[in-house]
Amino acid sequence: MTDHKPLLDPALLGAEVVEPVSTVASGPLLEAVDIRKRYGRNEVLRGVSFGVERGDVKAVLGPSGSGKSTLLRCLALLEPIDSGQVRLEGRTVGVRSSGRAARLPERELAHQRRDIGMVFQRFNLFPHLTALGNVMLGLTEVRGRSKAEAAQVAGDMLERVGLGARVRFYPSELSGGQQQRVAIARALVMNPKVMLFDEPTSALDPELVGEVLAVMEELAREGMTMVVVTHEIGFAKRVASRVIMMDEGEIVEDGTPTEFFGSPRHERTRRFLEAVH
Amino acid sequence: MNFDPTVFWQALTSDTFRQGAITAIALTVVAQLTAVVIGLVLAVMRGSGNRLLRGISWTYVWIFRAIPTLVQLLFVWNALPQLFPSLVESWFSPFLAAWLALSINEGAYMAEIVRSGLLAIDEGQQLAARALGMTPLSVFRRVVLPQVIRVIIPPTANEFITMLKITSLASAISLQELLTYTQQSISITFRFAEYYAAAAIYYLVIVSVFMAFQAWLERRFLWSSQRGGGERRFVTALRGMGAR
Ligand SMILES: Nc1ncnc2c1ncn2[C@@H]1O[C@H](COP(=O)(O)OP(=O)(O)O)[C@@H](O)[C@H]1O
Ligand SMILES: [Mg+2]
Repeated sequence: MTDHKPLLDPALLGAEVVEPVSTVASGPLLEAVDIRKRYGRNEVLRGVSFGVERGDVKAVLGPSGSGKSTLLRCLALLEPIDSGQVRLEGRTVGVRSSGRAARLPERELAHQRRDIGMVFQRFNLFPHLTALGNVMLGLTEVRGRSKAEAAQVAGDMLERVGLGARVRFYPSELSGGQQQRVAIARALVMNPKVMLFDEPTSALDPELVGEVLAVMEELAREGMTMVVVTHEIGFAKRVASRVIMMDEGEIVEDGTPTEFFGSPRHERTRRFLEAVH
Repeated sequence: MNFDPTVFWQALTSDTFRQGAITAIALTVVAQLTAVVIGLVLAVMRGSGNRLLRGISWTYVWIFRAIPTLVQLLFVWNALPQLFPSLVESWFSPFLAAWLALSINEGAYMAEIVRSGLLAIDEGQQLAARALGMTPLSVFRRVVLPQVIRVIIPPTANEFITMLKITSLASAISLQELLTYTQQSISITFRFAEYYAAAAIYYLVIVSVFMAFQAWLERRFLWSSQRGGGERRFVTALRGMGAR
């Protein structure tokens, strides 16, 4: 990156003062509790449970079709789950807090989603808005900031991901790597508590992967809590605090990078690692 | 050949023709814009999770696409006042009746156009907007709608032009538009070619202005940083029209 300004700047983002850790309920920041999800007859998630500690980076590996994207969409409250819970800071989200566990109406879900940032494999930038417009939209529409204020904050965030010179460009005029960095800035500017990445570099030409991973590594270093679905073994080894292996809708392995890559316990993990190496 | 240029020129420059053209343009614009709004509402209803709303939308399109426009026009002008005596008042003018009938009819076509526009938008767009915490209304207004508009500009422009021509049907309910004046003039003078030619010129000019407007709109929705401020201007679009 061109400058050394941190990606996370509470003052700039207008964050509430960070609570001392002791007052926050102990336990994982984000937790999946026995999540089950089916599409018709296809059982895509078969009881997925794991937690992500504050500041941790969880890498999620697994073959195509194993349910990784579905899991992230469920965690981001973009998709209803059949059973189980998503917990953010110990609080169950996505459902009514009292009585029977009914899914919240879309408007209320929208409110809870502000705390969860998501980055997609195919960027999903808004084609009718400039890079700046993309990053501003959440600030004006969701955070209620004025246009001028939003432009200031969004411009600064784009600067941080190395795109200060590209603010006026439309997505179609940016490379894949630049688009994905705009997408990261768009999520980050909302000041989320956790960031979910769904194969953020899989749609990129090999020479553009590095610039996106660099931004993510920087983010991890600054203490952002992250769940990253990826096939980048190097990134997982370097950056992840824990690595998960998913297969057929289940977590088959969950360990530190050293354990996971050094001595995988499960046969399916071993086979998967051989295949991707 | 028996074509009298003076008669033609008189018709072309007459106040009545200009009046008729203005009425035709006004009716086209208000009826088509109303139809766009109706189409938008119907298309959103059609895509909603509510079965009743979907059913209403489907039924609307089914009925108003099936019945000939002229029948709908005559129905609104002749039958409605019989059914609802309060419409016999003088404020229920031919213009109002034509506006009502044509926008209801065209709304059914616009519904289909907007629906295909909605289907053309990548699902990832809504996903990304929702992930930001945007409410459904906000997602629609800021993310879906601008993209739908871009997709539907060409077919809607086409509908505008068709609407202009359909307004001539309103001569059947005694609306004083271009064709009515043409026929009145012909019934006095029996000069067919000159008056039809003058009317044709009017339609040509009006459609050309619509086309320039379309070119300007399409340029506004190019979503490119190369689109300079000058390019947005209507006159530039007019000039660029021939090059397309
Ligand atoms: N919206 C959906 N409707 C129906 N089936 C889906 C949908 N999304 C995913 N699936 C199915 O769920 C399974 C897991 O998909 P996905 O979560 O995308 O896996 P991964 O990201 O690990 O490749 C696949 O069999 C896929 O076909
Ligand atoms: Mg996937």
